[in-house]
Amino acid sequence: MRHTITVLVENEFGVLSRVSGLFSGRGFNIDSLSVAPTNDESISRMTIVTSGDEQILEQISKQLNKLIDVIKVIDFTDESAIEREMALIKVTAEEESRAEVLRIVDIFRAKIIDVTPRSYTIEATGAPAKIEAILELLRPLGLKELVRTGPAAIGRGAKGWKG
Amino acid sequence: MKMNGARIMLECLKLEGVDTVFGYPGGTVINIYDELFSFKDIRHILPRHEQAGVHAADGYARATGKVGVAIATSGPGATNTVTGIATAYMDSVPLVVITGQVPTPLIGNDAFQEVDIIGITRPCTKHSFLVKDVKDLPLIMKKAFYIARSGRPGPVLVDLPKDVQIATTEFKYPDTVDIRGYKPTIEGHPKQVEKAVTLLLGATKPVIYVGGGVVLANAAGELTSLARKLNAPVTTTLMGLGAFPEDDPLSLGLLGMHGTYYANMAVTNTDLLVAVGARFDDRVTGKIATFAPHAKIIHIDVDPTSIKKNVRVDLPIVGDVKDVLTRMLKVIEERADKVAEFRKSLGPWLEDIKGWKEKHPISFKQTSNVIKPQFVIQKLRELSDDDAIIATDVGQHQMWTAQFFTFTKPRTLLSSGGLGTMGYGLPAAMGAQAAFPKRQVIAICGDGGFQMNLQELATLVQNRLPVKICILNNNFLGMVRQWQELFFDKRYSQTCMELPIDFIKLAEAFGAKGFQATKPDEVESVIKKGFKTPGPVIMEFKIAREEKVLPMVPAGASLNEMVLNA
Repeated sequence: MRHTITVLVENEFGVLSRVSGLFSGRGFNIDSLSVAPTNDESISRMTIVTSGDEQILEQISKQLNKLIDVIKVIDFTDESAIEREMALIKVTAEEESRAEVLRIVDIFRAKIIDVTPRSYTIEATGAPAKIEAILELLRPLGLKELVRTGPAAIGRGAKGWKG
Repeated sequence: MKMNGARIMLECLKLEGVDTVFGYPGGTVINIYDELFSFKDIRHILPRHEQAGVHAADGYARATGKVGVAIATSGPGATNTVTGIATAYMDSVPLVVITGQVPTPLIGNDAFQEVDIIGITRPCTKHSFLVKDVKDLPLIMKKAFYIARSGRPGPVLVDLPKDVQIATTEFKYPDTVDIRGYKPTIEGHPKQVEKAVTLLLGATKPVIYVGGGVVLANAAGELTSLARKLNAPVTTTLMGLGAFPEDDPLSLGLLGMHGTYYANMAVTNTDLLVAVGARFDDRVTGKIATFAPHAKIIHIDVDPTSIKKNVRVDLPIVGDVKDVLTRMLKVIEERADKVAEFRKSLGPWLEDIKGWKEKHPISFKQTSNVIKPQFVIQKLRELSDDDAIIATDVGQHQMWTAQFFTFTKPRTLLSSGGLGTMGYGLPAAMGAQAAFPKRQVIAICGDGGFQMNLQELATLVQNRLPVKICILNNNFLGMVRQWQELFFDKRYSQTCMELPIDFIKLAEAFGAKGFQATKPDEVESVIKKGFKTPGPVIMEFKIAREEKVLPMVPAGASLNEMVLNA
């Protein structure tokens, strides 16, 4: 089961290694992890995508909470969060495929951010499923390089977590 | 007052009530030692190895309930502390370990005696700090002690670079500490407590399963009242020994791999298991799928991660064990009529247990020509003081001690349960003796483990710490040999310690005394002589070489599949 967990942590050195060390030391999966400071500079926010059965996910949550530098753990279990990630995609674009790439970019409301006679570099943003979809269409045209940020997640509704 | 970092560190220790530290000097802690030279409020004990220093601080902490403190220099000094720290971490022992570090501008440069000790110890500390500015030091020390001793206790490492020890600042120790990411739950939820009592009083075959958490929380008294008020049988883990008096008829002794027949049968047949400050370790549960198969489980623990980690739990209560037990006692008081009824209904269950106790009591075959290790343990119990502190190493002698010593008081057994650290016993005894100079402290070791930290004989003699060391010598790494005998076709690969060591001469070389028993009828006189002789003493017992620890649940088997005689 795929889960998105948001972790608010002290913005201090060594915290990332405590979190990642916890996952590797206990055999938990990290599918993706993104981290940056919040509006409150003393707090960083991590979005971790992980997977496991219910018992493992409960342990992950508890173990994260146990870390002294972890301030809050939010497990977005259902449709309660909006997730977005960005992908930078370098794709082969020669002769007839140049037009096809542009059409796909247009359909997905992505952007071309670098052009050469033989390639386009695309910036695509969206829910992870949308990124998967655009990649599926671009792959047959010749995918040269791919960078994904991993999702960032925020809860729906008016309520906001401090920081 | 303006002070340097080294002095501030010592002042902080003093303000935290530390009276004894175990430490080893070196290049990056030389400033601390310079301050210590004229600092009269703290007693410093110099072990002969940093690992032993941390074990000694650990023994001190386990015996007193206070935070143990150890100091080591950077690099090899720091790496030598790792086994000690991991030992304390696995058994939730409160420690503050201070390591020197190379000056901050050199960190990361592969400087002389530099090691990333924060990185190395990350998985085996409760938390750690690298002090980058002397102004942060008082708050960090305050946090370190608070984290070490609160919630589920554990070791905290403070890495203190040399330039921070030299830098000066105005010293003021904070009165309070608030860490936004660390708020341990102390109070048990009243509704959960009510539910737990209801569940308990509805059971017909209850068992209370007690772990080291009860000892750590100083809740042995509450636990004992609860068990006696309910007339419910109690089994303990290795770490829980002493939390409930083993001479009480309700005691089932140890459970698990080398637990008693009756404890394991009771757990297999119980309909309600109340786990108190225990964590369902694999050495306790055996095969998880068949552990307490008929039971509802109530789990009381201060650490939420312990709950539902290994087994399903029907009713969790997160909180300090002492608080939760006190609340349970109050609810039980309110339901006196129900309790009386409950006690009556337990008759058949207690009869079952009595039957198991009679069928397979914990026992061994006495012989007239060879010393049985179990006999030595029984004699030690008989001849030692009531409040004697026992430290063990790890292996067969440890299990025989757990099975045959009959512990009745908390904090009288110091043993490495989680990590299983050979070499722990002697330095742990040393730490306990430093805390209690007047009490009898006995280190029970095998010949293997003793040799892992025997250099500490020097520390004992130098500091006049009269630890009585009992070596059960079978010239084998006995527990591994036992496994080789039972599961590896008697292929005794590298478990025979062939060289016969003269432990008596060894004791004398360090300025201690040594006595040896080779026949059963010498055991009593050697123990008496050992106890009577002032100062540290080695009592060596040449024991039956291939004696096994039984019963035994083979690794991965169910608790009721014990090997009783092999």
